Amino acid sequence: MAITATLHGGSPIAHGAHRYENNAATREQPWVRRLILTLALAFFVLFLLMPLVVVFHQALAKGWGAALAAVTDPDALAAVRLTLLAAGIAVPLNLVFGVAAAWSIARFEFRGKQILSTLIDLPFSVSPVIAGLIYVLMFGAQGWFGHWFIEHDIKIVFAVPGIVLATMFVTFPFVARELIPLMQAQGRDDEEAATVLGASGLQTFWRVTLPNIKWGLLYGTILCNARAMGEFGAVSVVSGHIRGQTNTMPLHVEILYNEYNFAAAFAVASLLAMLALVTLALKSWVEWQANRPVAQQEII
Amino acid sequence: MSIQVEEISKTFAGVTVLDRVSLDFPTGQLVALLGPSGCGKTTLLRVIAGLETADAGRVILEGEDASRTHVRERQVGFVFQHYALFRHMTVFENVAFGLRVQPRKQRPKEPEIRRRVTRLLELVQMQWLADRFPQQLSGGQRQRIALARALAVEPRVLLLDEPFGALDAQVRKELRRWLRALHDDLHVTSIFVTHDQEEALEVADRVVLMNRGRVEQIGTPDEVYERPASPFVYSFLGAANVFRGRVEGANVRVGEATLNHDGSDADHGADVVAFVRPHELDIVTDLSAPNGVDALVRRILAFGGSARVELDGIEEVKAGAEPTHYEVVLPRERAGTLTQGQQVRLVPTPLRVFRQEAA
Repeated sequence: MAITATLHGGSPIAHGAHRYENNAATREQPWVRRLILTLALAFFVLFLLMPLVVVFHQALAKGWGAALAAVTDPDALAAVRLTLLAAGIAVPLNLVFGVAAAWSIARFEFRGKQILSTLIDLPFSVSPVIAGLIYVLMFGAQGWFGHWFIEHDIKIVFAVPGIVLATMFVTFPFVARELIPLMQAQGRDDEEAATVLGASGLQTFWRVTLPNIKWGLLYGTILCNARAMGEFGAVSVVSGHIRGQTNTMPLHVEILYNEYNFAAAFAVASLLAMLALVTLALKSWVEWQANRPVAQQEII
Repeated sequence: MSIQVEEISKTFAGVTVLDRVSLDFPTGQLVALLGPSGCGKTTLLRVIAGLETADAGRVILEGEDASRTHVRERQVGFVFQHYALFRHMTVFENVAFGLRVQPRKQRPKEPEIRRRVTRLLELVQMQWLADRFPQQLSGGQRQRIALARALAVEPRVLLLDEPFGALDAQVRKELRRWLRALHDDLHVTSIFVTHDQEEALEVADRVVLMNRGRVEQIGTPDEVYERPASPFVYSFLGAANVFRGRVEGANVRVGEATLNHDGSDADHGADVVAFVRPHELDIVTDLSAPNGVDALVRRILAFGGSARVELDGIEEVKAGAEPTHYEVVLPRERAGTLTQGQQVRLVPTPLRVFRQEAA
């Protein structure tokens, strides 16, 4: 995955670019450089920066007061709470599952390993809408387990549990996919060394495995969290759109927008956008930390 | 501590890696497991450590069957080819690791840990690097730290898997000598795996030669070098000139030529493969000498006190076939009289012959 490349090969690439640029033998002609740079920048401004600016601009179209009112509206606050709750449950669980899956795939040989490794990618390859429908079919009133849940008075679909399940499904691959190549590249030597030195399985995990994968794990968790908070499709199917109860932030934005309440919609959207910016900042910090020599890192 | 392995067999995906290997490693010795890559030496070492389970056979540590003992309880020290130092810990913490993970009751107190780690770092002459991280060390320094870490738990056996394999030639030579000196100080029963015959012969008390999952020969470096037990051992332990032919009395007939043999494994009429080391082969310019193989001088490489002469068998050259290559080591002055392209006769001090295996 490209993520691993940036996480572990960042600094040598930067050095390489510098060297190529200073060397007359490998330097490109000025017009080639300018053309490529212009293309990249134009794309960046048009498709990435502009929309971001528009979000904030629209949010403030009716002034700070209106934006603040939209964000502090009880329904909006309920949506924020639900989003935080869904991410707060889905991300830690996926962290545990992701580490377990990566550990078993990278460290052990077993029957069906290839299938498991492929299945991990399923949430990436399946449309989120279908992911949502799966849960409706399984837990909905007409679904496989629907009767049992109705008899026991447990609501899954069109309720918070369904939203959490859908979020978990969609964000499952992030941690595992980040860790598998990392753990495969590191090999088993360190863990074997710890075991020979008398460490128990748990000691080996806490003292050797976890520190070795900590930056990759953090990186995967950040991406997982960003997706968990921003997920729309799967959550939309299982949510039922009950205001103040089963609306997450992205769903709330959609409702406001459909009601032609543009300023309010963009005000809530700007919260999500800010979340994205924080995520990006965190991600860059992790990359920077991971690429520094160990000695300069503070030991976490 | 003594180590015995009995009838160890191991198969990986249908390939037999160890084929009923039985060995006895006496207490206090430094033994080399030597062989080409894929001969099963590393697997055997890992079976002894407990990192790999054998399909059949037993590992006996100090007279006790340890085949079912967990790696943690075997009290072995293991040194990996690529060091396997914990990169997020300082050198000091790496060495202290084995002490810190001990159960609370057995774990030494902090001052005791400090004392023992410091002593080990002094032993490997690395005390000044205690606060560094593995990334900041050279390969040779890393391997010394790995060794100190393995010794920290006071292992009963020290197992080293190609310990110098990842180092460059200069450092390797230096560490070899250092390991030997360290072993003479500590006398921990040690086994080290290597594919470098020079390393094995120079460092070990005893050498175990392995090929294709079997033990070919066991002996002191002198024994295995001077009296190789099989064609494999002969050719693996150094450069060799090979002749294939048939025994005729005191000679071996190789094509048109006849060569003396040492009578070791030579019934009249037997098909044999015969060996002679480059320094045991002489070049004579008198082409009427009674024994020897005719050859053409191809290249003369003279550096230091001796010269290496490379030659091609003349019979094949005449027949237009791919010639047999020979190699001779001579004192430098003698090589000076030869010229490139000259026809000469190669006369071996008696050949070491092995009966040709029916193949």
